[in-house]
Amino acid sequence: MEVEAAKMIGAGLAAIALAGAGVGIGLIFGNYLAGALRNPAAADAQFKNLLLGFALAEATGLFGLVVSFIILFG
Amino acid sequence: MQEAPVHTTTAVAEAAGKAAEHAGAEGPLHQFVIKPLVPIRIGEWDFSFTNSSLWMVIAVAVVSAVFLFGQNRLVPHRLQSIRELAYEFVANLTRDILHDEGRPFFPFVFTLFIFILAANLLGMIPYSFTVTSHIIVTFALALVVFVLATVVGFVKNGFRYLKLFVPSGVPWYMLPILVPVEIISYFTRPFSLSVRLFANMMAGHTMLKVFGGFVVALGIIGGWAPLALMVAFTGLEFLVAFLQAYVFMVLTIIYLSDALHPEH
Repeated sequence: MEVEAAKMIGAGLAAIALAGAGVGIGLIFGNYLAGALRNPAAADAQFKNLLLGFALAEATGLFGLVVSFIILFG
Repeated sequence: MQEAPVHTTTAVAEAAGKAAEHAGAEGPLHQFVIKPLVPIRIGEWDFSFTNSSLWMVIAVAVVSAVFLFGQNRLVPHRLQSIRELAYEFVANLTRDILHDEGRPFFPFVFTLFIFILAANLLGMIPYSFTVTSHIIVTFALALVVFVLATVVGFVKNGFRYLKLFVPSGVPWYMLPILVPVEIISYFTRPFSLSVRLFANMMAGHTMLKVFGGFVVALGIIGGWAPLALMVAFTGLEFLVAFLQAYVFMVLTIIYLSDALHPEH
């Protein structure tokens, strides 16, 4: 197999990691909404934790994207 | 001049740009290429003033224009309200997590937040350059944070800082597994901090360029759908610019809090 083809396949496989990011972000926002609908008074206090959790969950998916770029262009 | 192939965003972007130029168009990664505007060489070292340096200077100039000029009245005018909002936002966060002994770190945290925010937001201007979309910039910032937290931890706690790796209440048979994992996760902090910001900025701007290419390619007939998507996505990118600066700042504060109080 040529190197170029292997790079393309490797980059595609590495991008599957973003599925984990999607699941993680969905879980965080889903739990926040479930909690906010039960106890709206406490929702504002947890908004900052929501943003922090979202960024941390997205970060792991983006690590996979970076690996994909490194495979494709490195 | 690049002596050896280095795995930087510039080399990546130039490789991709050259690959796309064979097809007759600039690729979506061409926007990340660093161009020297004023070439300066000192011996073998390249100290050129590049487009990256230019946008860092512009970021500092914009921040100075907002924060340093104009009067401060007792009843604030509009610009002063913006300054006070930013100050209170960061100060409340610092005080919540670090309490009173964290006050010396407030200027550092505030500067970090405002610089990253300004760099991210200036990158949203069309045809500008996003300073934080290069790993070397974000890694430099993350390394400063990591070294600061480690030095503060050892200065304040001595060798009791190593208790950070041994959480309290853990049974003895878990320690041989848990301590190496904690040590590894401590040393990946600068990498995760820098890659989070870098990947968000680079991926976001690449997607903007790709969707922009779709708008042009589909032309006047079909171009409205990707254009609507681009409007929404640009709004999301503004949110991401702010969010990533906020997350960098919050994690810095948390690492400093770990440094000041290693017992969880």
